[in-house]
Order: sequence, then C-alpha cells, then structure tokens
Amino acid sequence: MKKLGKQTLQLDNSPSILNTASIVGPKEMNGPLAKYFDKCVEDEFWGEASWEKAESKFIKETVSTALGKADVSSQDIDYVFAGDLLNQCISSSFGIRDSNIPFFGLFGACSTFVEGLCLGSVFMDSGACKNILCATSSHFCSAEKQFRFPLELGNQRTPTSQWTVTGSGAAVLGKKDSGPYITHITPGMIVDLGIKDANNMGAAMAPAALSTLCAHFEDTGRNPDYYDAIITGDLGYLGKDILIDLAKTKGYDIASNYNDCGVLIFDKKKQDTHSGGSGCACVATVFSGYLYKMMLEGNIKKLLLIATGALTNSTTSQQGESIPGIAHAVSIEM
Amino acid sequence: MEYFQSIDWMTMLNCFIVGGILCVIGQILIDKTKLTPARILVIYVTVGAILGGIGIYQKLIDFAGCGATVPLTGFGANLAKGALEAVKEQGLLGAFIGGVKASAGGIAAAVFFGYIASLVAKPKIKKQ
Repeated sequence: MKKLGKQTLQLDNSPSILNTASIVGPKEMNGPLAKYFDKCVEDEFWGEASWEKAESKFIKETVSTALGKADVSSQDIDYVFAGDLLNQCISSSFGIRDSNIPFFGLFGACSTFVEGLCLGSVFMDSGACKNILCATSSHFCSAEKQFRFPLELGNQRTPTSQWTVTGSGAAVLGKKDSGPYITHITPGMIVDLGIKDANNMGAAMAPAALSTLCAHFEDTGRNPDYYDAIITGDLGYLGKDILIDLAKTKGYDIASNYNDCGVLIFDKKKQDTHSGGSGCACVATVFSGYLYKMMLEGNIKKLLLIATGALTNSTTSQQGESIPGIAHAVSIEM
Repeated sequence: MEYFQSIDWMTMLNCFIVGGILCVIGQILIDKTKLTPARILVIYVTVGAILGGIGIYQKLIDFAGCGATVPLTGFGANLAKGALEAVKEQGLLGAFIGGVKASAGGIAAAVFFGYIASLVAKPKIKKQ
C-alpha cells in the first residue's frame, strides 16, 4: 500500500469484488434499472410492523444474498463494514446482529457505501483478511420521518428535493485472480460552502464531490479520460449539472463519461422524483446491481465511483446550520 | 328538489374561489421559497389571527363562508375572535382563555378523529 499525494492510497494487493447483491423497494422496481437488481419488494413494509424493521430486513436479506452469490459462508467473512441513515446506524446493527461477524458501524451519510469499500480494501490489502463484507441501506419512509416530516403529515415535497432510495446493496471483497479490483481509494475532506436547504442536498454535496475528484486526479496523475465511467453517488439532476460546471472551472471536462446514481435509478419523466434519487442505498444498489454487472460484461473497464454524503441531522438543520458535504472515491478496474 | 333550490350557489362559488386562492398561495410558498410546510402552517395561523384581530377576516368569512373558515387562516381568525370576546367579558385574562375556548371544538375533534384514524389507517409510501 502506498500513499499518493495528499489523500489517495494505492493498493498493492488489490482486493477483488467477488460478488454483489441488491434488493430494492416499490419505487425502484418501476425504474429503468429494475432488471439489474436481485430482488424487488413491492411492499414498503416487507411484511414488518415498521419501516425501521423493514429497512433492517432489507440489509439482512441483501447480505445473505451477497454471501450466497459469492459462495462465501458468514464464518469466512472477517469483518463487515455497514451503515445507514438512521440514528446510531440501527438498520445495520439490527440487520447484522444475528450474523456473528465482527462489525464496524459506519456513518458517512449517503457516502457510507464507498466509505465501507475504502476501509474494507485497506483491511484486505493488509493481507490478514480473507473476506470483507460492505453493505448499506436506506428507506424512503424512515428517512423522511427522521430528516424531514413524518409521512402521516402528508406534506408536499419541494421541487429540489431528492427521493431516498428504498433498498440495500452489499459487496463481498476477497482474493481472486479476476476483477473487478479496487485499485485506489481517495477518502474525501469535509466541504461546506454554506448551503442550508435540507431539500437541496445535491447543491450542498457537489463541491465535496469536486474536491475529491480533483484530489484523485492530482494524486494519481490520471485525468477524466482514463476512466470509462465516472459515477457519483447521489447528487441528483441539480447536483450533477453543478459538478459538471465546477469541474470545468478546474480544467476537467467530465461531461462525456460522467453520470450520477441518483439520475440513473429513476425515470425522470415517468417517476417524478423531483431532483432524482439519494440515500445510502442509492449508490449501493446502483453499483451492486447495475455498475458491477456492466464491469463483468466488459462495458465498463475502469470505473471511478464517488459517493457523496450530506453530514447533517434534523437538529442541525432546525438550528439553521449549513450542510457539510463529503465524498469518498474508489477506483475500480478490471 | 327543495334542497337544491335552497343552496346559495353564489356563496358556494365564492367559497370555492377564496378557499382555492388560499391554497394556491400555500403552493407557491412551497415551490418558490425555502419555507418548510410546518412554517407555512404557522404563518397561516398567525396571519389569520392578525387579520381576525383587526376585523378584516370576518369580512372574508361573510363573503366566502367555509372557503375562509376551513383553511388554517380561519383557525387563526377564530383564536383572535374568541380572545377578543373573552376580554370583553372577563378582562385581560380572557386574552389567554378565549382563543382556545372558541376553538375547543376544532381542537378536540382533531385529536379525536386523528386518534381514530391512527387506529384504522397505516401511512404509506408516497406515489411522488
């Protein structure tokens, strides 16, 4: 493992992503990526008494699907890195409590999935671990309840708001002679330009994505053309446009090979999500379902995955604080 | 037939227009400002109380009936009206008692029917 520049780590024993799994909810199953997910659940409660219980079930079932697909038993997983949006990461800890795997609960808001991949790859690179599991979940209803207003209130969503993805994604890292491999990680710095609108996360997170994007290119000496695809986590329509413009001012033209998971997961015309998707499960399900398969099929050989997060909670937004953004990047190559 | 003849169609039209305009203002506030729905709700009640207190809102109620009393501004106007009336009877203490007294029916009904609804209904995911 070698440090490049200020933020990036180059991995010598790059872990392979053995397999992935993704399970999504009712809105996502009507979206354009539905066929790539392992399972679509029509009932947002998934037969449980609460949305929180349902979210835990999402992560539990996704983890067991990922282990099954990777043909790895839970005893062979050394550590699990998981997180979600709910207070104290309860979806992850409740979902994983019966699995008997040493557990790291992470909070990086919507960037948590890639934060997990970053930490997991470093554990793998140490040579001491056989397999690492990374998973995240989010749920539209539980997130609205915690961060905005309870659905019972029947409030309208504002035009710039994003739709929290209901679902979970998981990836199993291991040693294997074939890719895709995680080759570099660029953990991001917190960037806060003073956006205060909790319904405009894309604008709050885009500067953080820019910071990590530039750091990655400067540290590795690569440029946007090196990658077949540069994908951000969940900037949505607004944030995506902002990032393209911001990158141009730094001399990087990413317009041709760049997209955003929050844009990919829903149909803009038919599904009226306002500004696209978001949530810990957004990048997790789009990567685990769609992008991973694109890589296996050879459509994407070099992927820069940048997950963005808004490090806010309902108390700070009620107190009028601005929204600190963060973005973590991993370079995934065949 | 007599029932239909007894309906005051003009008042109904006024009711529809005034109630509709109050809702349109709320919609514009949601779409064009950063105000949260909870703040808009509080603004509506406060504005209703002020307009009720200075006597303007009663004119709107005379003109539009339920179109003015059912929206949240009507609740605010009712609070102000109750407070003013109680001040006349009980003095300054009435300012604290009258508003809630006048709105007691609405408040208790909201709690009661909210409770009943929570027993029989389950909130669902939004369609959009």
